[in-house]
Amino acid sequence: MTTELQNVPPHAEFSRKDLVTSNDVRWCPGCGDYAILNSLQRTFPELGVPRENFVIVSGIGCSSRFPYYMNTYGFHSIHGRAPTVATGIKVANPDLSVWIVTGDGDGLSIGGNHMLHLLRRNVNVTVLLFNNRIYGLTKGQYSPTSPLGTRTKTTPTGSIDNPIHPLLFALGAEATFIARTVDNNPKHMVEIFTAAHQHQGVSFVEILQNCVIFNDATWDPVYSKENRDSQMLFLETGKPLLFGKNKEKAIRITGLAPEIIDAATAAPNEILIHQPEQSSPLYSQMLATLGLPDFPTPVGVIRQIQRPTYESLIHNQGEQAKTKRGTGTWQELLHGDSTWTVA
Amino acid sequence: MTPTTRGFREMKSVVVRFAGDSGDGMQIVGERFTDTSVTVPNAIATFPDYPSEIRAPIGTIAGVSAFQVHFGSLTVLTPGDEPDALVVMNPAALAVHLYDLVEGGLLIVNAAAFTRENLEMANFMTNPLEDPAVLKKYEVIAIDITGLTLEALKDSPLPHREKLRAKNFFALGFTYWVYSRPLEPTIDYINSKWAAKAPDLAAANIRVLKAGYFLGETTETTRNRYMVARAEIEPGTYRKISGNEAIALGLIAGAKKAGRALLFSGYPITPATAILETLASYQHFGVKTVQAEDEIAAIGVALGASFAGQIGVTATSGPGMCLKSEFIGLAVSAELPLVVVNVQRGGPSTGLPTKTEQSDLLQALFGRHGESPVPVVAANSPSDGFRAAFEAVRIALEYSTPVILLSDGYLANGSEPWKLPDVASLPEISAPFADPSKPYVAYARNPATGVRIQAIPGQIGLEHCLGGLEKDLHGTISYDPENHSEMTRLRAAKVAGVANSIPPLRVIGEHTGKVLVLGWGGTHGAITSAVEALQAEGHAVTSTNLRYLNPLPPDLGALLKGFDKVLIPELNSGQLCMLIRARFLIDAVSLPKIKGRPFKISEIRTRILQLLND
Repeated sequence: MTTELQNVPPHAEFSRKDLVTSNDVRWCPGCGDYAILNSLQRTFPELGVPRENFVIVSGIGCSSRFPYYMNTYGFHSIHGRAPTVATGIKVANPDLSVWIVTGDGDGLSIGGNHMLHLLRRNVNVTVLLFNNRIYGLTKGQYSPTSPLGTRTKTTPTGSIDNPIHPLLFALGAEATFIARTVDNNPKHMVEIFTAAHQHQGVSFVEILQNCVIFNDATWDPVYSKENRDSQMLFLETGKPLLFGKNKEKAIRITGLAPEIIDAATAAPNEILIHQPEQSSPLYSQMLATLGLPDFPTPVGVIRQIQRPTYESLIHNQGEQAKTKRGTGTWQELLHGDSTWTVA
Repeated sequence: MTPTTRGFREMKSVVVRFAGDSGDGMQIVGERFTDTSVTVPNAIATFPDYPSEIRAPIGTIAGVSAFQVHFGSLTVLTPGDEPDALVVMNPAALAVHLYDLVEGGLLIVNAAAFTRENLEMANFMTNPLEDPAVLKKYEVIAIDITGLTLEALKDSPLPHREKLRAKNFFALGFTYWVYSRPLEPTIDYINSKWAAKAPDLAAANIRVLKAGYFLGETTETTRNRYMVARAEIEPGTYRKISGNEAIALGLIAGAKKAGRALLFSGYPITPATAILETLASYQHFGVKTVQAEDEIAAIGVALGASFAGQIGVTATSGPGMCLKSEFIGLAVSAELPLVVVNVQRGGPSTGLPTKTEQSDLLQALFGRHGESPVPVVAANSPSDGFRAAFEAVRIALEYSTPVILLSDGYLANGSEPWKLPDVASLPEISAPFADPSKPYVAYARNPATGVRIQAIPGQIGLEHCLGGLEKDLHGTISYDPENHSEMTRLRAAKVAGVANSIPPLRVIGEHTGKVLVLGWGGTHGAITSAVEALQAEGHAVTSTNLRYLNPLPPDLGALLKGFDKVLIPELNSGQLCMLIRARFLIDAVSLPKIKGRPFKISEIRTRILQLLND
């Protein structure tokens, strides 16, 4: 970074409470966002990044109030455009740890185009997409992730547009890190946020989040106490795909389709082993599509591959240009290729 | 009619237009003619006029591309009104451009291209070269340029197709002879471009260039030729520069002076694209460029860079400005530095992408929702883009505000010689970040200027959140009515305060008189040329050009009062005129033009004379 800072005191350790701002948190009581906020406040002090190097960028929506509640640098931008602002910040100063907080409407409807390009460029930032399958801030209209037939004030007889699948969207854009977590499991959130931060490249994290007012219990079929053992597939690198209360069920591939089998009677090598680093998208795609009604919903890191980051490529091109042509001077700037002199 | 006499006829200035199919290389010969003329030296200004279709069908009217160059021994401020000479490579080019040629003007045509098929494509029923009216009205020189080019290259190993492509250099060589220009600069250019990579091509182009020149010498011995004497040009080092290049360099210079890195993000759009293209080749200056996915992303990336402590810049043209307006509003609310360049083109909507207009002035001033004042500055000539861009960066940083820089298609693509500025003469730009040893109040202001002080990510202890919601002094969201009223006032006062940092108006002529011609942006050349000529004839007319459209210069009101009449020529329906009438309650007279083309000097002259005689 070229900007010189004055009077810089040494870095200080910081704790969770240092991240709490004096602003009143104005989410509805019982909103899933509280748990996500707490989990991120637990994550940041453990990442080894100075507090002043965190930047949280958001768009518009309930989740986008997030930066006001984190005592870091923050930018509450405009609807859907957080990925653009975050790209500018990260390209300007790659030393910063940049986090985008967005929702299903902000990130996949009005901002879908920017999300696509952020992911395919592989800007080294982390996207936390709060998916509650509803528009909360505008009081309960269906969102691009709402299931077909969702009845809201704008769809009194049910929504008719096929929902977008966030993980498949990210895969289509060839995001290098794709994960899913849930707002009722703080431990898992911290784990996933930490892994997302550590990934060098763009990290896309879908968080299944509950909107207590307009779409309450939308994820209960996946993660309620009664359902979670049978309906959640916790992914661990190098471990078999097992689920169920006693991990008694497993996933295998038959032909081109996944299938649930009995873990106890499975043949050796029959059960799929989780390999997020698989460069072929086939495995990640299969995994991403698992879910209700026939399969458990996977949570954890779906895919993690390595590719140079956008900002490092820009930086490298700049350095190579300086090596090749020398650092630009005033003389070169003004004179250009050809001049003439009038005496 | 020009009498056909042996020898040279002395001219103060000449306008030559080269026109042909877009594949005929007219832009190249125009550029060569320009570069040769600056070495004379002559004063010079140029304007390319090309179709928006990349390759319209060959020989059609839609595919005509032209390049006009105005060179003279005195001041040259515009690419010229009507051409004195028209060089056309096919009937379509003749059909498009002949109406502009002055009566008695020189018409050099490639007669070989006037085939029945080509004539039909240009909607000619008969061959205009055989029309007695045309032959009487203009001094027609019909040359079999195609045939003579092939003849000159009969020993060249180049394939036939390549040989044909050299014919533009034949036309250029002949035109050099008519205007007694040296061949060396073009030969040097051809050699530097092709001698190493394609020696046969270099040799062929040089041979054809010379053949064109020699044709004049050997067969046109009785023809009148023209001399344009050396211009008295201010001593110094010069380069040729277009408006888009000048803006790119001015942005880099401003960032350098401010000690901020420049991050430019753009989305390709005619006629602003060359700014992104130019800056992309300045990576070794520490310039970073991002070609964004759309216009909105481009400004978002730039604003993010400004938030992170650099100077973010984006450039676009009319339709792109519409898309960027929400982000400009955010920059107003967050009070972050940002430069948005609008290279105006004909509108509304897609409008006239390759044609010029000044119709985005009121959009720049008011085209956002809410009360969202932004400083607006305008470039007034191609090379002036440098100063204008530098100034936009200065205001953006020193006032922590988005700034709109208005250019237009005419300035963007036109080029002129630019006397290189002395680096020491460029003003310093001072915009320090907040002091981390003191508590940070995000919207606390410099009491003298009303400017919010910026703290940037990475500064310890200054963590804060910016955003588009209304906030109080501390940056806390506030819906309090009194606070909103006060914040609105403070934002407006800050922008109004920019007026304290701008120099006095540059007035051409007396400060009182009968007619003041008030212009802004790219009309400067035509207005100044018209006004200076009338002044020389003894008329009480004065002109000035507004660099600053918001805030308006503090001395403008007094100047307006000194004149009986104020004439405002604009390439729109009278936008500045509306503004001046509203702000100063004067009966300003509008001279609008909305034809996608710049003013002719004569159009302005005629209107001034009417007002003087009223």
